[in-house]
Amino acid sequence: MEFSEHIKTANVEDVVLRQPLHPPLRGTLCITGHHLLFSDREEDEGRSSGQVLLLLRNIDAVEKSVENLLGYSGLFSSPGHAERTSGSSGTITIKCKDLRVLQLDIPGMEQCLNIARSIETLSCLDCVSEMFPFFYRPSELNLQDQWGLSSPEEHYRQATELHNRWRLSSVNRDYSVCPTYPRAVVVPREISDDMLVKASRFRQGGRFPVLCYVHRKNGMVIVRSAQPLTGANRKRCKEDETLLQAVIGGSDKGYVIDTRSAQQAQQARMTGGGFESKSCYSQWKRLHRHMERGKALQESLIKLVEACGDESSNMDRWLSKLENSKWLSHVQTALSTAGLLAECVERDGRSVLVHGSEGTESTLLVSTLAQLIMDPGCRTLEGFLALLEREWVQAGHPFQQRCAHSAFSHARLQHESPVFLLLLDCAWQLWRQFPLALGFSEALLLRLADEAYASSYGTFLCNSEQERSVAGVREKTHCLFQALLRSRHRDSYCNPLYERTELAIWPSVHPQSLQLWRGFFLRWTPQTRLLEEAQEEIRNMIVEWEKLVMS
Amino acid sequence: MEHIRTPKVENVRLLERSSGQRRISTGTLYLSATHTIFVESNPDTRRETWVLHSLVSGVERTPSTPAGSQLMLRCKDFKVFQILIPQEKDCSDVHSSLVRLSHPEKYSELYCLSFNPSVNKEEREESWRFIDLMADYKRMGVPNNLWVTTAANSEYRVCDTYPSEVFVPKSATPAVIVCSSRFRSRGRFPALTYFHQDTLAAVCRCSQPLSGFSGRCQEDELMLQAIMKSNPGSDYIYVVDTRPKLNAMANRAAGKGYENEDHYTNIKLQFIGIENIHVMRSSQQKIIDIGDMRAPSMTDFLWGLENSGWLKHIKAVLDAGVFIARAVADEGVSVLVHCSDGWDRTAQACSVASVLLDPYYRTIKGLMVLIERDWVSFGHKFSHRYAHLDGDPKEVSPVIDQFLECVWQLSEQFPCAFEFNEHFLISLHTHVYSCQFGTFLGNCQKERRDMRLSERTHSLWPQLWEDRAEYTNPLYKAELSQSQAVLRPNTTPYCFKMWKGLYNHMDKTTPARQSPADVLSAVREESQQLEEELTNHQEVPPGGTAHHNHQHPGSRQEDSGSDPKARHMGEGGGS
Repeated sequence: MEFSEHIKTANVEDVVLRQPLHPPLRGTLCITGHHLLFSDREEDEGRSSGQVLLLLRNIDAVEKSVENLLGYSGLFSSPGHAERTSGSSGTITIKCKDLRVLQLDIPGMEQCLNIARSIETLSCLDCVSEMFPFFYRPSELNLQDQWGLSSPEEHYRQATELHNRWRLSSVNRDYSVCPTYPRAVVVPREISDDMLVKASRFRQGGRFPVLCYVHRKNGMVIVRSAQPLTGANRKRCKEDETLLQAVIGGSDKGYVIDTRSAQQAQQARMTGGGFESKSCYSQWKRLHRHMERGKALQESLIKLVEACGDESSNMDRWLSKLENSKWLSHVQTALSTAGLLAECVERDGRSVLVHGSEGTESTLLVSTLAQLIMDPGCRTLEGFLALLEREWVQAGHPFQQRCAHSAFSHARLQHESPVFLLLLDCAWQLWRQFPLALGFSEALLLRLADEAYASSYGTFLCNSEQERSVAGVREKTHCLFQALLRSRHRDSYCNPLYERTELAIWPSVHPQSLQLWRGFFLRWTPQTRLLEEAQEEIRNMIVEWEKLVMS
Repeated sequence: MEHIRTPKVENVRLLERSSGQRRISTGTLYLSATHTIFVESNPDTRRETWVLHSLVSGVERTPSTPAGSQLMLRCKDFKVFQILIPQEKDCSDVHSSLVRLSHPEKYSELYCLSFNPSVNKEEREESWRFIDLMADYKRMGVPNNLWVTTAANSEYRVCDTYPSEVFVPKSATPAVIVCSSRFRSRGRFPALTYFHQDTLAAVCRCSQPLSGFSGRCQEDELMLQAIMKSNPGSDYIYVVDTRPKLNAMANRAAGKGYENEDHYTNIKLQFIGIENIHVMRSSQQKIIDIGDMRAPSMTDFLWGLENSGWLKHIKAVLDAGVFIARAVADEGVSVLVHCSDGWDRTAQACSVASVLLDPYYRTIKGLMVLIERDWVSFGHKFSHRYAHLDGDPKEVSPVIDQFLECVWQLSEQFPCAFEFNEHFLISLHTHVYSCQFGTFLGNCQKERRDMRLSERTHSLWPQLWEDRAEYTNPLYKAELSQSQAVLRPNTTPYCFKMWKGLYNHMDKTTPARQSPADVLSAVREESQQLEEELTNHQEVPPGGTAHHNHQHPGSRQEDSGSDPKARHMGEGGGS
């Protein structure tokens, strides 16, 4: 299709751009199929602030207000009377998914409306193959480069300690058993593919229990799935029970961490879902932890961003809005549930099955955080990206649906939910509590938050491996994780203070120990710049020291 | 010691609660004249816990249990100790001894009068000269042709709570000063506290005028005129009344009040709305209660924080400082600051403004100078506000706590602008209450002179200076002082946080947490050493490549987790 049909006005001169942390600029605005480009009129001394290139996909909401300086003549204006409207102008306010708010003063009402309309349409195109990653061809990257950091097959091959008890199954090779799982998954050795097929029919979305982590210190594992479809009349599935029995093997007990409250799990039976009952899964002890998901989480984000935008100086109002948004409560719950999971594995020496309903949201959140807590291998830059690739991209988190809109959008909420953002926030809390233990920096977390919502890379496109394979994402787009590792900014994604520790990093979930993630939610305030400068200073000190040590 | 009923109790269990963590140990409790000392009986560690009597704010007896009787010690530095004593009788004795010991009635009972570090007389006298306020005034550029010292208050004749040497406008005659002082609460007449060399604008302080509904005093009006004239760049001054306007108006009924703009020409009156000491005392109690909560939910915590009003009050104090700093630095207008008696809110507002205006006060030595000037020398009721002596509980209020917290909030916002770290501020806080040094004893210079404190006690400042390495912020960039001479903080509510380090102490007894500051300090120190070596062209000795293993100096490997039982409330990481 042609983007040009959505672009009535491609260029406007004499536009004033207002953006946070910069003085207003006057220059030319240009709309292309995927970008908004603004360039400063005076191109002197190559000032870098003079150019702004914004991915239209990054735009969450557009608000326009037109002002007609000729009084009511606008009522009579028509294309034939263009000169009569020349005194009019309009202002477009652009609210981005990275929480930046830009304002464009555009001369000419007609042009202003055209631009606004183009942005509105082009910023939320639904068709994956029209999205920018399919057009992005940077000179330093090659489409033949390796896509992704690892595959389930490779991951299994490297984890030799698994081979005794676990096998790689390709029962899902054509995505027919579970459309949201990757082609290959790791399952107990004694469970045949036939049994997997049967077990998959007993789990929502076909997401039967698969291995996601083995704890090297004691051989205990984390397995994840979707809820069992026991329904109102307590259906059972022999294969599912056998599979779970095989997970704990010789051990006498395992834990199920259900990310719903006991009541919610009960209620789920009315709609065909359910939980692992004591009578059918006697070796498993269920622990319920209520975690918010879906719409409630999205609304929480919207309220928090709204609170951060409130510039009034009323302390009571701020604290009450912060509380009311519940975002920090969600952070607290996520970290404490992950802590519980890690405690079961590391301290109690038990294997754990974790699931909620679909097993694509809070399940992944908790399993990812638990791995960060326990496994030093996940705390390096590469390790963390590989963890995200396994636990979010390959495990089938529906990025496209969840990140379609962010906090500003006026569109009716559909499937949006900031679970991934919550994960990054929790990772930031860990990073803040253990400043030396994580190999990546806040800048990486911020970059990932941006990329999840609007990206030049294909990594977060679509909702599952199957969809990505149909769309040809691997062949036609570049991989974000590879690009980050090869980036010339790679240093800025590393933590200069990092020093590997083999110990688990147990987060404190006391409310006083958790903080608002200023770097993200208040990113465009001058104060956050000062904190960034402090990070820069830390980096410089370490670099200087290393130079001296090496000399 | 007549107040000690029982000097030693065995088989006592101590439960320490700090940063939400609990640790229990068994040992022997000793009561000395100055400390409660607990010695762990475990022969491997024999860990000792010392609690200064003067830091104890409350001793409570909780109902006995079969295991014994319990005592709860609450400290002014917000630590809490629980003691379990097997015998009811012992517990009762310890309790009544501690109640008496923690409420000294006379100055002579205070720790600083028995505290005797091994320094000789000369060293002690030297220690009292460590901070030289006149040198600091000189640094600001006074005296000059606008501001001069006056002899009016020598021997504290005009105002007994002021220092004997103060700076006033050159055109203010002794008669004007004396009459103006009679028109001000407690004789606290307008005097210079900070002179801003770049704009020639000044910050002055005083107490409220005794104006009532219609009273006026020509000399006081002249005094304000003189302040205005001492700033050639401006034809008016701001009078900042740091109280809420309603309080100021209510004071008029008592014959006090605020400046009538009809009588004083060329003044602009500004109310800031910092609440009084009683509001602040109960607000702080609420925030201490939050720190005490066992396992609060996020909602409990944020509600509690809002309900305490504490951050709102901190913001009000900071806003007052910001207003003054802007007037002086951006508008070049002099400011006269007062509240009621001019020694609580006025001290807060003036000292916050100084921190914002002058990078010197953001250094370790500079902050000492500032506290010595705006709090110690200008008179502040230390012994009442911080309950050094048993007295009226309504006089107690966390006034300097709020100043220190404003500085902390600023240091969070400007991580590279302060030479000192959080520990420095916390140490200052502790010593304001501890009475270990004579520095904060008494309420004004005259009292301290009459008590001959400089002969009988030691000064805190040289002690802190000696330990400065431990108080240094490794991120401090002195060169920022040039480009960022005046700090312009954001006081939007989201910039304020609860000061966890003060209200929820890091447990010093557990292994140190991951601290970037420790690593960075070590890195900085080692970098300096290496640089020196390089400039000295020293050969690296063979095998002297120990640094190449890429371990950060000063870094340690420790259990990065807390006790499993306490984890969900415990402190996981330093920050």
